[in-house]
Amino acid sequence: MWRYLLPLGLFVGLVALLAVGLNLNPREVPSPFIGKPAPPFTLPRLHRPEATVSPADFRGQVWLLNVWASWCVSCRAEHPVLNALARRQEVILVGLNYKDQRNDALQWLAERGDPYTVVAVDAEGKAGIDWGVYGVPETFVVDKRGIIRLKHTGPVTRDVLRDEILPLIRKLKKEPA
Amino acid sequence: MRRLTAGLLALWLGLGPALAAIEVHQFKTPEEEQRYKHLIAELRCLVCQNQNLADSNADLARDLREQVYEMIQNGASDQDIVDYMVNRYGDFVLYRPPFKSTTAALWIGPFVILAVGVLVVAVYVRRRRREPPVVSDEAELDRARQLLNDDEKKPS
Repeated sequence: MWRYLLPLGLFVGLVALLAVGLNLNPREVPSPFIGKPAPPFTLPRLHRPEATVSPADFRGQVWLLNVWASWCVSCRAEHPVLNALARRQEVILVGLNYKDQRNDALQWLAERGDPYTVVAVDAEGKAGIDWGVYGVPETFVVDKRGIIRLKHTGPVTRDVLRDEILPLIRKLKKEPA
Repeated sequence: MRRLTAGLLALWLGLGPALAAIEVHQFKTPEEEQRYKHLIAELRCLVCQNQNLADSNADLARDLREQVYEMIQNGASDQDIVDYMVNRYGDFVLYRPPFKSTTAALWIGPFVILAVGVLVVAVYVRRRRREPPVVSDEAELDRARQLLNDDEKKPS
């Protein structure tokens, strides 16, 4: 009996292993930032280049950092979701305009709506490297103490917003600063 | 002709990386250049995940090559640079991930599978050896020989 069951068991095990491997998304690299302080930056604002913005400005508040660019095709798919999020006025949404041209970025926001509380300009992508950005768009959730709690790589869909991001924001808002 | 083909092939093979890394970097010493080349070959590009930084044409890979170059110029050690990358992109950025609890299966797994395979073969071979030979009867052997001989005498 074992003689047949054992190879069968091994085969089923192998198939299960391969099936899991095939269904993993290699784009989802586990971020080493979860639970770590948000990397600092001081960058000019998109709308007022003479003023700067820095993660320290949002201490004591829950905020999102959304990395986007006008050349980024997936950002187009994501944009209506961000607009919907902005309309809820539940959370500060900081944009990081990554390796973009200022005029292109401004035109993009004028055409599609501007969901951002403030947009930081990372023209050279240095802040992007510090935040471990590798696939725009990326979205980070930062808590009141300035700790990164979630990273989403790729466009935020309505499902991700409803099932992951919004519940987390509501939970983090209840945490003490 | 063969020499020409070999030459063209060598040229073509050498062209890939040359086209990918078009930035020109000045190094103070040959050692620094070696370190740079070694590091960008060991670090993975996160955009095109099966290429290292040296081979990749992606924008991010170019930025990271620049970062590696600058860090070398500023006197950072290889370990500093690797730590810098791992802090931002995780162990995933390394083509040779470190041995720790989360990567143990990755490092040991193939050897475990090999050991299981060797064991299965060993058990199988031993069992076969212990089994009695298929034909033990002298009379049966004679009959087999006769059949073979018959065959040889009258080829069809």
